[in-house]
Amino acid sequence: MAIQRRGFLALAGGTAAAGLAGCTGTFSGGEESEGGNESTSGGGSIADQELVLATTTSTYDTGLLDEVNAAFEENFGTPVQAISQGTGAALETARAGDCDIVMVHARSQEDEFMRNGYGINRRDLMYNDFVIVGPSDDPAGIGGSGDAVGAFQAIAESQSLFASRGDNSGTNTAELQIWEAAGVEPGGEWYLETGQGMGDTLNQASQQGGYTLSDRGTFISQQDEIELEILVQGPVEGGPEILANPYGVLAINPAVHDNVNYQLAMSYIGFLTSQEGQDVIENYELDGEQLFFPQALSEDPNFQQYVPEGWQPEGTDGGNATGE
Amino acid sequence: MALEALQPIVELPFESHYIRSIVRVSLTVSLTAVALSTLVSIPVALTVGFKEFPGKGLVTAVINTGMGFPSVVVGLVVLFAVSNEGPLGALDLVFTPQAMVISQFVLATPVITGVSLAAITGVDDAVRNAAYAMGGTRLDVALVVIKEARFGIATAVLAGFGRAISEVGSVLIVGGNIAYADGTAYTRNLTTAITLEARQGRYETAMFLGAILVALVLLVNAIVGRLGGGGRR
Repeated sequence: MAIQRRGFLALAGGTAAAGLAGCTGTFSGGEESEGGNESTSGGGSIADQELVLATTTSTYDTGLLDEVNAAFEENFGTPVQAISQGTGAALETARAGDCDIVMVHARSQEDEFMRNGYGINRRDLMYNDFVIVGPSDDPAGIGGSGDAVGAFQAIAESQSLFASRGDNSGTNTAELQIWEAAGVEPGGEWYLETGQGMGDTLNQASQQGGYTLSDRGTFISQQDEIELEILVQGPVEGGPEILANPYGVLAINPAVHDNVNYQLAMSYIGFLTSQEGQDVIENYELDGEQLFFPQALSEDPNFQQYVPEGWQPEGTDGGNATGE
Repeated sequence: MALEALQPIVELPFESHYIRSIVRVSLTVSLTAVALSTLVSIPVALTVGFKEFPGKGLVTAVINTGMGFPSVVVGLVVLFAVSNEGPLGALDLVFTPQAMVISQFVLATPVITGVSLAAITGVDDAVRNAAYAMGGTRLDVALVVIKEARFGIATAVLAGFGRAISEVGSVLIVGGNIAYADGTAYTRNLTTAITLEARQGRYETAMFLGAILVALVLLVNAIVGRLGGGGRR
């Protein structure tokens, strides 16, 4: 009797699963070759799985991500589902365990994320820089000064229009750090928070003749559409270190969220930080300009892997403590 | 699908894998959501339209409020529900087309219910009475009423479809606007693609996608209008 019941349950379950598969199948209509990767298929091979990546708008909008992900898919047969948000939102998605991996650029936010135990195995990936852009008539007179902090002070003093992302993104975080270094509490009618991505913010700054802080990649990819020019260069062109823009990649801690695809996440990190992945990053160009500079490999035997700033290993149980 | 891909998009719009794939996601998600909404809405509208029960005024008010409910709020609520830490987290729906269907279903159902309700209550009582008098069952009567109100109901479904396919706030939040590296859309539909293109300053592509969206809505309207209008004139 018990066996019969089990058989019935298996049959019922099988029917339900078939119904479900039929339902989800509608979304892959016409693409059966790729459609087999629905989560209901439950196969064991890596090609049946999918990697969900939460990342920033800058890696996405410059087109780098498509290049990198195509290379990853070619190697591993696994498509990458990329969600582009600001750094803050991407880390929030990660905190909820809604993605497998994060690629962001705000060291202070990444440190906090790692300290709280949500992230694991962070690697430095690449860097580029921020540039201060503005209208060619340059009302605050910051052009060619080579001093980012001084430039921000001049913008504040002359009350020249400044467009801020205001969206808790990596660029926004960097911008606020420069204001802090400049000893300015930005606010008032000259300081606009767009609450939008870098592209929109560049557009708004351009339309209204204002300044803004942009990552170099997004600025280059958009410079034909806007009337802004680089007034203060970042470290890639010999500018100050405060304009450096390092990107990190980190896996979600499977001890906190057991639903994440940790193995695949580590394959992705492994690929990105391999010679091949770093070559893809190095060779990616837009309008003949290199946008990102690989940073994961070093000939230096004492090459420092990632450690959060102010990390105290003693008493924290090996450092990879699970979150609160 | 980086910048190089723009050229083929502009030159041969319907040959473009990227655009076809986006259109397919838009249509699959919205048509599924509207079909499910219709299945729920028509019985609800029939019940509310012809039955007297306590709280009927409240139900009508809820339906009418739902018709104008802000889509970003629906998106947030659906995101909380399907996120891994939400009550439906175990179903693994976050950032999938299914999650987009859920949010569009929530948005379209009140619209279809509300407009159908107006059409159904507009059917003359004599029609119902006659149907009952001829010995019809409840189902027969309902079918007669639906037949009589079919133009209104078709309008309701169209309004629901319009609400679903043109909506961007919630699907961006719950779907994540995902396309694969080869340009195959997964949760990217026309509206979220337009948002993305505009964000990157590629206004020509955004405008083009917008034109496709408008054309699709017109096309569906024409088809439904033809199906609905065939019987009467």
